[in-house]
Amino acid sequence: MRLQVSELTVRFGTRQVAHIGDFSLGEAEIVGLAGESGSGKSMTTLAILGLAHTVGATVTGSIRLDGTELTSMSQRELRDVRGRRIAAIFQSPAMAFSPVFKVGSVVLRALRLHGMTRAEAAEAAARALRQVLLPTGLLDRYPAQLSGGQLQRVAIAIAIALRAEILLADEPTSALDVTVQAEVLDVLRDLRDRQGMSVLFISHDLAVVAELCDRVAIMHDGRIVEQGPATQVLSAPRHSYTAGLLAAVPSIRDSAHR
Amino acid sequence: MTPLLDITELAVRFGHVRALDGVSLQLAGGPSGLALVGESGSGKTTVGRAAIRLLKITSGQIRFEGTPVTALRGRALKEFRAAAQIVFQDPDNSLDPRLRVGASIREALLAHQVVPRRLAGQRAGELLAEVGLDGGFTSRYPHQLSGGQRQRVAIARALSVQPRLLVLDEPTSALDVNAQARILGLLGRLRAGRSLSYLLITHNLAIVPELCERTAVMYLGRVVESGPIGALLERPAHPYTQALRSAVPEIDAAGRRARITLSAEPPDATRLPAGCAFHPRCPFAAPRCTTETPLLRTVLPGTVLPGTVGTGRLVACHRAEEVLGNGPGAGAG
Amino acid sequence: MIEAPAPLPPAATGLRGQARWRGLAGNRLMAAGGLMAALIVIVALLAPLIAPLPGDADTATHPFLVLHPPSARHWFGTDQVGRDVFSRVLYGARVSPLIAAAVLVFACAIGIPLGICAGYFGGWLDEVIMRVTDIFLAFPPLLLALAFAAVLPASLTSLTIAIGITWWPWYTRLIRGQAASVAGRAYIESCRALGIPRRRIILRHILPNSITPLIVQVSLDVGGVILTASALSFLGLGAQDPTPDWGLMVSEGESYFTTAWWVVTFPGIAILLTAFAFNLLGDGLRDLLDPRRDLLR
Repeated sequence: MRLQVSELTVRFGTRQVAHIGDFSLGEAEIVGLAGESGSGKSMTTLAILGLAHTVGATVTGSIRLDGTELTSMSQRELRDVRGRRIAAIFQSPAMAFSPVFKVGSVVLRALRLHGMTRAEAAEAAARALRQVLLPTGLLDRYPAQLSGGQLQRVAIAIAIALRAEILLADEPTSALDVTVQAEVLDVLRDLRDRQGMSVLFISHDLAVVAELCDRVAIMHDGRIVEQGPATQVLSAPRHSYTAGLLAAVPSIRDSAHR
Repeated sequence: MTPLLDITELAVRFGHVRALDGVSLQLAGGPSGLALVGESGSGKTTVGRAAIRLLKITSGQIRFEGTPVTALRGRALKEFRAAAQIVFQDPDNSLDPRLRVGASIREALLAHQVVPRRLAGQRAGELLAEVGLDGGFTSRYPHQLSGGQRQRVAIARALSVQPRLLVLDEPTSALDVNAQARILGLLGRLRAGRSLSYLLITHNLAIVPELCERTAVMYLGRVVESGPIGALLERPAHPYTQALRSAVPEIDAAGRRARITLSAEPPDATRLPAGCAFHPRCPFAAPRCTTETPLLRTVLPGTVLPGTVGTGRLVACHRAEEVLGNGPGAGAG
Repeated sequence: MIEAPAPLPPAATGLRGQARWRGLAGNRLMAAGGLMAALIVIVALLAPLIAPLPGDADTATHPFLVLHPPSARHWFGTDQVGRDVFSRVLYGARVSPLIAAAVLVFACAIGIPLGICAGYFGGWLDEVIMRVTDIFLAFPPLLLALAFAAVLPASLTSLTIAIGITWWPWYTRLIRGQAASVAGRAYIESCRALGIPRRRIILRHILPNSITPLIVQVSLDVGGVILTASALSFLGLGAQDPTPDWGLMVSEGESYFTTAWWVVTFPGIAILLTAFAFNLLGDGLRDLLDPRRDLLR
């Protein structure tokens, strides 16, 4: 398992907001972390990235990346891990791109920060953009000139260029139109198949999780209540919370009866 | 039978952007529902706001119960405002953070003198109960409520003036799955109980069947297809509807359609393509589509039942018949 | 199925008035600020009774007591014409804060309505108001105040008007930004959709939601106004000797600072404490006015 989380607890002072007993992410697979707001999924994401302290939370437990323990690393060591080995994209892609810089300069800076030369970075960026089906000319534009879907794909391209092993995607398509979302999901599937990347997909949208993920973990009140193969968990849930959540999701198929 | 809301050739321009380019729709009297479905830039939000006179239109006609809406003034305008209400998408900002919940509802009641002042508090409590919140909420501030609860207060406030038409602008987009299900259930009950007509604006096709009989699919300021929701989703007559339908994620694998990937990105709203606005991305595009703008026409007649606006299918596409024939639901065994 | 509200954290329960008082007492900084401000007001009111030499706050001079250091008889020493600094500082509590209050009320009375109109209505009204505001802002404040004060007969009233004229544009700009932001929010659209009259929307929704940053700014400006007034008084426009205006005392004693530090220091401390008191008060007021404050604990 590429990423192994055991007994991970995230706390604000004495208040526990998340506890993950056992959770793992393997090579070339997309695992969904699904739950409503307040379920603790975002805090778990921050903890894995080693950024929980930035919001004032403390983390105990074990997060192993290819055997290396992340919780005992210094911030300096973590900075090397973040972006290069564990990449992350978030709900609002615009947040990752400063509006005063061209998209290209942000991409190149990210690549060079992790050790590439200017030439290597340019080459890697061009290759990565082709993989996400974006024209390289996009690098010359400013973030405001790109759509949400395009920006999200550029963020993914950075992860590809850095050859990240794991991509943490926190609600990456929630703010996107449904047709654009479908394209981004295609890109994520491509990452898994062609690059062998491990994707941790955090979302409140069970339908997207069902379509995209190989395995899924359902979070409620800071804990994982159920996890397993997506088709199994989402068609024959064993936990009542999962069943309740599934029953609440509206489905187009119901319209056939009208 | 006069439709409750009759919109004809509505056009709205914001500077150089043609947000709406000749939209025509009808909404029947309650209980009924028409959904406006589309992605960003489709103009659906603009239709909703124009319908209740929250913004100025450039041209076209909006009739409410037969009366043109844009000419209303004074008392008639006030009565219209009470008859046609709106619930917004953002529960965080739809209530004044400085007013307690009860005060927000009383404000609406008193603005239209629905009840005498001394009974306003009581009526506010009744309205809260109707949306499933107990009296204790009257003294709370909005920030002390969850998103779903705030949305319910917003609904209660809109209902307080006894509207006949309720525009629902993405009423559940900002809510969690469970809160969404509860709000949809509430809206369904209210529709029946108060005989309301809903104009539902949403990008989420999945919530449409629960509240609406008909839907109009919008793309770049135009209606590209409209008809009864069930048939429209089973056998779309417009390539965009087909693509939209195929892109909606489904939990149940059996409900999924083969993905129709649209080429290119949606164009700039300030520079619409010539002919059909969809042709650059359309898998069915023909030479005719690049020069001639398709008009909304009846492709499947349907029946006209008394008190409704009919069950026919309208579509703005030169090749609608082929799309109907080619669709996943057509010719399937 | 009717939902009951979740129980609130203890700090927020209780009747409206009770919760407010509890909040006040709980907010120690604001209490401290309020106490100091109240003290200043009491001193101002009781100055004639507390001051050992009330005549010194007026026209009395003592040529043989010039520049005496602090002693048992003159707690704060004497100034360049032998007057008791302590008495003058006490009487100053009647002058300086009053000027500050008058100026700020004047600035708010003009700045708030203009800012609200500019922010809410937008369009050409916004353009006109902001351009006029820009013109006033283009002048260095002191110069502008000087120009006005020079035209008017030197007195406290003209001082107030002169400074007030240079102060209102900042408030207009501040309020306008807030009002414009508030005007775009969903609850304002909801009010319009409900047909709530414009006047009510502006007074009951736009104004209360825009005013908080101004309150903090006003409290910070108390010290600033006193200092501006002192500069003008120093130049002879405004408070005239022998008025015990703190700013004027600082200006007058400035040249003696190295040899007779007490002439400047005590009025200076008085300005400092007054500004500080109102800062604390302003901070506390802002918290008090924010319905979300129970979340801040």
